[in-house]
Amino acid sequence: MPALRVPARPPEPFQPQPWRDRRLELILGNLLRTGVLLSAAVVLAGAGIYLARHAHEPANYRVFRGEPTDFRTIPGVVNSVMHGRGRGLIQLGLLLLIATPIARVSFSVVGFAFERDRMYVIFTLIVLAILLFSLLGSGMGA
Amino acid sequence: MTVLGFTAVVAIVSFAAGLLGSLTGLGGGVVLVPLLTILFHVDIRYAIGASLVSVIATSSGAAAAYVKEGFSNIRIGMFLEIATTFGALLGAFLATRIPTSALAVIFGGVLLYSAYLSRKPRPLDQRNLPPDPLATKLRLNGSFPDIDGKRDYNVQHVPTGFSLMFGAGALSGLLGIGSGAVKVLAMDQAMRIPFKVSTTTSNFMIGVTAAASAGVYLSRGYVDPGLAMPVMLGVLGGSLVGTRILVKAETKSLRLVFSVVILVLGLQMLYKGLWGKI
Repeated sequence: MPALRVPARPPEPFQPQPWRDRRLELILGNLLRTGVLLSAAVVLAGAGIYLARHAHEPANYRVFRGEPTDFRTIPGVVNSVMHGRGRGLIQLGLLLLIATPIARVSFSVVGFAFERDRMYVIFTLIVLAILLFSLLGSGMGA
Repeated sequence: MTVLGFTAVVAIVSFAAGLLGSLTGLGGGVVLVPLLTILFHVDIRYAIGASLVSVIATSSGAAAAYVKEGFSNIRIGMFLEIATTFGALLGAFLATRIPTSALAVIFGGVLLYSAYLSRKPRPLDQRNLPPDPLATKLRLNGSFPDIDGKRDYNVQHVPTGFSLMFGAGALSGLLGIGSGAVKVLAMDQAMRIPFKVSTTTSNFMIGVTAAASAGVYLSRGYVDPGLAMPVMLGVLGGSLVGTRILVKAETKSLRLVFSVVILVLGLQMLYKGLWGKI
């Protein structure tokens, strides 16, 4: 609901935003890809251990039980990785995956700060706060 | 079925979903949850947890390729992510409280709407729209490379788009999907963002949105490593292959087939939800 309509006129000649942001976007794009490939490699390694040990057990996901603490908190996951458990390693890979977009948002804060764009530094910090609240505030840090 | 057999079959189905999803541009996540629940009798909560994880993987994996094309607008993405992440957090908390049959019904509705939207011709980009004062203040307007050189665009109806993106985030958090359908409403139709810009920008946003609800899902025990592993690896592999062959592939008939699949799955989910079979 735009408050007032400005009559149509040719766009102002100086609107360089996406072009100036391109370098930042390229860095972020590569960061995301690296994060995903890294997490996929960790998940794959975990899958190897898990399948080697449990390949012939029956698979049943009909009934929802909820995962044990080892697979749903950060200390639990780290602990089960230390014990060489395949499923712990898979969860670690998934944690890396969740951390990837969070890393992207953190880098964006820095990027906008370099561009001296205070408004977008604040916007990005809000998004970062929501992400960190979801990850740590929902009981996963415990 | 043994763990090995289950893992292999789920990985193959997920690969196919990721491949078709990226070839048709309709996204693979939306068919995964119904496939897992209907075909493999997986509890819908486990299915949603696994799908959510795969959504982060495909979005982040494709981002580098999209960025190189120079269409995405990082400011539009970041601004709208405030809405989607708030929505996603709300959706994830709701998902742990509402009955699974209700989840199935909502999912069925979203699938039917996606099928309808995929058959509707895309509205032509409107050029030379007047600058909107709020969008200008938020520095959302931009430009992108077009066939005839650099093309400028002015973003419209920011509050409407922002509210719709909140809804898109809530659906993503509730159902573990990328919710491309609501995104189309918000960015293409309300905010009048050119198609290429909105597609690539929303791909960027989907990963961040899914990460906002993934923490809640993981801590509630909805993400099972044994299930999420083949789903994530399969969908990621399929979508990466899909983006490679996308360039010149004939996708029209593929799109038709995929929307029929979405329609059938939507009806199934509605039926199962309404008759309490989930």
